[in-house]
Amino acid sequence: MLKNIGKNMNSFKKNLLKKRYNAERRFQWYGKIAIGLALSFLAVFMFQIFSKGYSAFQKTWIVTEVHYDKELLLIDAESPSKDDLENADYYDVAYKAMTSLDTGLPEEEDRQLIQMVSYKYEAEVKDLLLKNPDFLGKIVPIKLTASDDVDQVHKGNYPRDIPEKNRRVNDYQLQIYDMLNERGDILSEFNISFFTSPDSREAELAGIASSFMGTVFSILVCLAFSFPVAVLAAIYLEEFAPKNKFTDFIEVNINNLAAVPSIVFGLLGLGVLLAVFNLPRSTPLVGGITLSLMTLPTIIIAARASLKAVPPSIREAALAMGASNMQTTMHHTVPLSMPGTLSGTIIGLAQALGETAPLILIGMVAFVNTIPGTPVDPAASLPVQIYIWSESAERGFVEKVSACIMVLLAFLILMNLAAQIVRHKFEKKWS
Amino acid sequence: MSKIKAENVNVYYGSKQALFDVSIDIAEKEVTALIGPSGCGKSTFLRCLNRMNDVIEICRVEGSIKMDNLELNSRKLDVVRLRENVGMVFQKPNPFPKTIYENVAYGPTIHGIAQSKEEMDQIVETSLKKAALWNEVKDRLDEIGTGLSGGQQQRLCIARAISVSPEVILMDEPCSALDPIATAQIEELIDDLKKEVTIVIVTHSMSQAARVSQKTGFFHLGKLIEFGPTDKIFKNPDNQQTQDYITGRFG
Repeated sequence: MLKNIGKNMNSFKKNLLKKRYNAERRFQWYGKIAIGLALSFLAVFMFQIFSKGYSAFQKTWIVTEVHYDKELLLIDAESPSKDDLENADYYDVAYKAMTSLDTGLPEEEDRQLIQMVSYKYEAEVKDLLLKNPDFLGKIVPIKLTASDDVDQVHKGNYPRDIPEKNRRVNDYQLQIYDMLNERGDILSEFNISFFTSPDSREAELAGIASSFMGTVFSILVCLAFSFPVAVLAAIYLEEFAPKNKFTDFIEVNINNLAAVPSIVFGLLGLGVLLAVFNLPRSTPLVGGITLSLMTLPTIIIAARASLKAVPPSIREAALAMGASNMQTTMHHTVPLSMPGTLSGTIIGLAQALGETAPLILIGMVAFVNTIPGTPVDPAASLPVQIYIWSESAERGFVEKVSACIMVLLAFLILMNLAAQIVRHKFEKKWS
Repeated sequence: MSKIKAENVNVYYGSKQALFDVSIDIAEKEVTALIGPSGCGKSTFLRCLNRMNDVIEICRVEGSIKMDNLELNSRKLDVVRLRENVGMVFQKPNPFPKTIYENVAYGPTIHGIAQSKEEMDQIVETSLKKAALWNEVKDRLDEIGTGLSGGQQQRLCIARAISVSPEVILMDEPCSALDPIATAQIEELIDDLKKEVTIVIVTHSMSQAARVSQKTGFFHLGKLIEFGPTDKIFKNPDNQQTQDYITGRFG
């Protein structure tokens, strides 16, 4: 039978068949090309960020020797206490540690050497002695944070062949750098301080600790405000509210709310939370509440959808057993809808995580060089940190921007993964 | 003795009338079968008996339905108390996606029937035994109820319904999603249960109605055409329409 299908076709039918096959093949190719394009955009984007950002996870150190000379430290006591060490004068010791790299340099040119390390080098010299009090009076090697210019030279991000007057690192400094590098006294290690330090005006010292904590606190505040309100609203609208024009109106407005540009919520936060309620500026508390206005409709919509997805037969079963509406909802419908609601919540929070505009309006764009310990301490947030750094002129911040984006993306991917896991692991199957 | 007495029941869905002046006497500790073609209103009538029509917003019930002289179709009636006394088994097995134990224990829990864990265990065991499911599930009471086979799920739903010792159990085509063996088990179960409870069953299977019921009502286009002893309805009906339906000439 089947063999005849091919034989009995006239040319018109054959043509039609061929056309049908071709059309399908073409369509599949369009799809493949579309996916290929999307993937290649993603690849370019990722390559850009990774190739620029990976070097930010490396920190450059300059190794030199420091002589903890009691006289220069102005320590008189025979066996000095912790306090004596704390109050000693490290200026000269630290200064000498750097200038000793080239003793032939005239004194008035010394600053060129000092500029090769971060301005905090004196504190680093002090910290080493405080940690090892027995170094007092000895000459010991010390690691000092290289300035961002030396750091960039070492990472190969800084062109050495442009004219000297256009360079931030002069020929003499390059010469010293090369000498140190040859001796193996330039170290490149994993940049822990990028994760543990707050923001700084100096690229070599700047870290994401403040903005990371700011983001974590904002998200927690956002969750605490939006989740209960949204879930209660969704349960009431879906399970208890009468279906009439008024509830239809509310539903339309919730959907509209989800489409409101985030900057509008920022203005609301500015005008209401800061101006009327006088909440502290630039804090994750205000940021979180503002973001929760944005997340609210997203969670309501997700929660309502997952409540709707609970089969009516479960409600009927509970009602027929004599459960009240409230019991039916709380014992059966809500627990069954929770996986969907939670994954919707996480997605909503992930959106809030990337928001910059409303946070800028409520002042979370301020330069914060402390790590916030509570939601009412001033803080930045990761996307705002990206914005702040991308405005900075120093070359050292270019890689920081990309590195910060990488951290933000990792955070987002983790949250989306969590949403997936919640959905698949806790979703109950019913027949 | 009459358990439920319905008089001139009219049901409307919005402007559409679904039941016309249905009057019926349902006897205690008997099985009453309601038969008729699809859309004839037999399920609608069944759902009046435990006020499940309340869930449908546009549904309006008129007339009088008395159970032991208590008016069911009254705003003052507490539907929670009513449904504690009138259980229901649905067309599609709908156990909760919880453990077998929790499924049966749910009713006694919300109605505060069991005072202790031992008492609850006892209720669960008795209910599952009455539903002829105990031997199959006694070793896996903590497994999810939805993991059972279709027939087992339906018996679990029956166990759930009888866990609160209702006086009446309503069954809405309880076997339509089951295979013949599971159907036979359920029918046997219905036969056992009628010693203690009044059962009203809606069914599409005429042979099932003939097998399990003592009284049969035939519905057509929202009207109760004929009601009487099952034997009479199947062997010698008064009404020509009933005769035609029973013999398969329409429906």
